[in-house]
Amino acid sequence: MNHIDLGTVLRQTVSANLYSNLVTRPTGAAVRNQIELLMREAHERTLTVLDFSHVSMMDFSCADEVIAKLLLRYCAANPPHEAYFLFRGMTDDHWEAIETVLERHGLALAIEQEDGVHVVGVLSERERRAWEAVKRHGRAVAADLAGEMGETERDARSTLDALWRRRLVMRLNEQYVALGGERG
Amino acid sequence: MTTVINVPPSLDDQTFEQVLEQLAPVPIDEKILVDARHCRWASPYGLTALLTLAQTRAERPAFAAPEGEETVGYWARTDFFKYADELYELHGAVPKRTGGDSRVLLEVTPVTRSEDVHEVVERIQQKAQQIIATELSLDAKATVGFAMTLSEVCQNIVEHAGRGGWVAVQAYTWKKRLGRRVVQIAVCDAGIGFRNSLEGAPGRVRDDRWDDGAALEAAVIRGVSRFRDPGRGQGLSGVRRYCGRWEGKLSIRSGTARIALVPKWDEDVPLEEDLSPFPGAQVQVTIPERTAAKE
Repeated sequence: MNHIDLGTVLRQTVSANLYSNLVTRPTGAAVRNQIELLMREAHERTLTVLDFSHVSMMDFSCADEVIAKLLLRYCAANPPHEAYFLFRGMTDDHWEAIETVLERHGLALAIEQEDGVHVVGVLSERERRAWEAVKRHGRAVAADLAGEMGETERDARSTLDALWRRRLVMRLNEQYVALGGERG
Repeated sequence: MTTVINVPPSLDDQTFEQVLEQLAPVPIDEKILVDARHCRWASPYGLTALLTLAQTRAERPAFAAPEGEETVGYWARTDFFKYADELYELHGAVPKRTGGDSRVLLEVTPVTRSEDVHEVVERIQQKAQQIIATELSLDAKATVGFAMTLSEVCQNIVEHAGRGGWVAVQAYTWKKRLGRRVVQIAVCDAGIGFRNSLEGAPGRVRDDRWDDGAALEAAVIRGVSRFRDPGRGQGLSGVRRYCGRWEGKLSIRSGTARIALVPKWDEDVPLEEDLSPFPGAQVQVTIPERTAAKE
């Protein structure tokens, strides 16, 4: 698991190293490029924690450049590699901009909070049920989850694959794995 | 020949139109004297627009500073003269800036590059927290949105204007129109303006009505951007939402038109056209004190 402190990346990216706010498109693009550079050293399948703990605030333009474009690139049909993201340290001070860009692009992401990992953004009810089911199990095959999801095994697999393509759950062969650690 | 342009006693976004009406018939290369001797008060919009005005002239204009000691002292504390000195031939007694002023959240500051926006946002945060929570009685959440709003309107210059502009933020009691404390952001530039910026927008439908008013409606109401990137246009939408949530007012003037998102407490018109021409874009955001009745 990679850990990227966005506060550190920000200070390495902008010319003055005292800034703590993720603002402006050029800064967002530079931070995203740096994240991708750090991820390039990773293996074929990676889980990267993007840590906002040392970022005071983020504006809409920067959220679009850092979060939306990163997710769009790695959730696309031909991503550079199989990358998953877990967002840590997000507060209300970041949330408004993030929520806006997720809605704009129809994206969702997994955030780690004190009480565990949650999924936020644009998800259908089926996707949300499936995501919760995987979270409860930590790791399971479609047949084990279908009942909880209220779907046939075939439909459950289809929904779970959609979540996998959105990089909201991992898929290891036939198993679907929750982001942020397995239960127990 | 020098044409005298009189600055009204109270200079804000509305009365600045009187300045532009006087300026309209004067050729761009003709010498002007901007006479602010009798000006007693200026909003951040007024101050930044005066600097922008100088940028639009081919011949370096002259500027007669306010005669009132308090007025000229306040303008000095906003750093107005620091930049006016570079753009105008200054006339009259201009004091050196001594100390700060609690009403000035952000002195008149040039914005040209992305780094300038970082600087502005970092500087505003601490003061904004105090003003917004304490003086305007708004929820602490409004502080973050305020900084985001400031960032987005400043970026409008960096991304679209094609040349540098100015930002200033002040808090004051707006007796004339509201009778409440307000905090006001003004961002003015003399760049290409909304219409020119959007003329290169992908998929723009050419119809009979394409003018400054139509361009402002497209950008502010429909979130149209000149960039093909679908993530563009979110900044101004965010500013609109912020103003809506906190009963604020957003007004943007560009070219010969001015669009406003008008809250209940104001009687402005949503769209004003056929104004005197002025290059670039002039943005004003006003966030009022929360009244007891609202709580």
